[in-house]
Amino acid sequence: MAPVLETVSLVKRFGGITAASDISLRVEKGARHALIGPNGAGKTTVINLLTGMLRPTSGQILLDGTDITGIEPHERVRRGVARTFQINQLFADLTPIEAIGLAVSERMGTGRQWWRVIGSKSEILDDVVSLIEQFHLGDVMYHRTAILPYGKQRLLEIALAIACRPRVLLLDEPAAGVPDAERHEILATIEALPKDVTVLLIEHDMDIVFSFADRISVMVNGALFVEGEPEDVARDPRVKAVYLGESLDA
Amino acid sequence: MAQPLTEGISHYLAGRARWHPLEIAFWLVALASIFVLPNKHLILTEIAILALFALSLDLILGYAGIISLGHAAYFGFGGYVAGLLAKHNIIAEPVLALLASGLAALILGFVTSFLVLRGSDLTRLMVTLGVSLVLREIANQVDWLTGGADGLQGVTMSPILGMFAFDIAGHVAYVYCLIVLFLLFLLARRMVNSPFGLSLLSVKGNPLRASAIGISVNGRLVAIYTVSAGFAGIAGALLTQTTQFCSLDVFSLERSADVLLALVIGGTGYLYGGIVGSVLFKLMQDYLANLTPQYWQFWIGLVLVIIVLVGRERMANWSAPVRALLSRVGPRAGRSVETARPSPADGP
Repeated sequence: MAPVLETVSLVKRFGGITAASDISLRVEKGARHALIGPNGAGKTTVINLLTGMLRPTSGQILLDGTDITGIEPHERVRRGVARTFQINQLFADLTPIEAIGLAVSERMGTGRQWWRVIGSKSEILDDVVSLIEQFHLGDVMYHRTAILPYGKQRLLEIALAIACRPRVLLLDEPAAGVPDAERHEILATIEALPKDVTVLLIEHDMDIVFSFADRISVMVNGALFVEGEPEDVARDPRVKAVYLGESLDA
Repeated sequence: MAQPLTEGISHYLAGRARWHPLEIAFWLVALASIFVLPNKHLILTEIAILALFALSLDLILGYAGIISLGHAAYFGFGGYVAGLLAKHNIIAEPVLALLASGLAALILGFVTSFLVLRGSDLTRLMVTLGVSLVLREIANQVDWLTGGADGLQGVTMSPILGMFAFDIAGHVAYVYCLIVLFLLFLLARRMVNSPFGLSLLSVKGNPLRASAIGISVNGRLVAIYTVSAGFAGIAGALLTQTTQFCSLDVFSLERSADVLLALVIGGTGYLYGGIVGSVLFKLMQDYLANLTPQYWQFWIGLVLVIIVLVGRERMANWSAPVRALLSRVGPRAGRSVETARPSPADGP
């Protein structure tokens, strides 16, 4: 099966530090692919490279076989690659309605219209309403994002990515910092994603990884280390060593 | 269930664009000033021009977060274009000439907008300042065209639309400036309440995320910078047309600084700040200059230092309580009001 997203020998150096070395990753269509590894392994760097927020030192990124290495981040979103951030990146002064509306409007190609009053297109509103309901943001939808509880902000973080209706969704620790009580809400929304959406997930919580992923890649020191089915990765002694080593260090 | 919710949201979003009674009152007062203060039309003309200039700056500073210390570049460019068009009788009719001058400044804005895309606020301050200094020096050097340091002499204006000749007391000039200010205000208001306007706020608030939801950050910044330059050019053209003169100081740093101060006094990001600030700034300047002809700049400086000391945050946002009040007494007018939640009784 052809991969929807593929990297070919991707390298990223910051000065003397190699954050990603020779990454060749294949993400199959419809996969639930997890990217795990110790802190500082370069997982977020890979996401930043895939979304265009960083430019690789060398190597290629292919989306459906098309080279997108030189394409601007916003253009990649239009082509179907969306992401969430490990640390919330939201619009503090906008309300969830406004933020989601923006993302939907952008996807429908009406985001540049300057003569139309916002909220006057029913296709956009219908989409916004269903996202608000899907992500349980109804009770806070008219509040400024800055004053929302953290769990709600986290949901909005994911809702904004889904609003772009991506074919490939890159989730960077979606449940990071969320209290246990609210975790299930976030996990449930991720699990409820349509099956045709391909997901690449970065996560530290192994329970989440093993309950969600059907494929796992392990990164260590900027390089891909092991890749395989969850059971194989779990049994791999090298992976155990890496995680054991990390926990001893910590 | 979904239908009333959709309508509620639509109503909420459109609330941004709804006319507030105080806004209508504001423009009625402006209209009344034509009849009530006939002997103040000269200073009111100055205020209207500064207000339009400040409005143009608010578009980039208040909505897109681009700080500029050289917005006079476009003001001055529009001013000189208007002067040359009138002097050489290229476009004699003032309204057409005004549009042409705005267009010229718009093009200059587009070309120079790429300079402000990169870098921090400090870089932008320096780059914008640099652009205005360069233009000033060019205008100084091509004295065969611009009159150099002596200014552009011999500008004579034809009647507006062929009907209304500029008079010595400045009545026609004031009505003309006020109408132009109002029309461009309407255009700006329409623009900031559109999806484009909202996307500017998102770019200002978090450019990283804006690009991650598919917004072309640079594209939006170029667009608003270009429009803003066009507005500034029209303001400059109004100055030339109403004074029938244009000199190098249209490009001066002082002019860029004055408009920034006027905008900051009035508050950024709600369009009225530039207008209110211009009124306060000019009246303060006028009052202080009458009081102490030699030291008025000292007092203006002191007032500004106090404004800044009150707090950087509050400096830009001191109008927030007023806006909160606005939203409480009527439909939502201002931004950043947490309590702006439509009540169940709020039908569409």
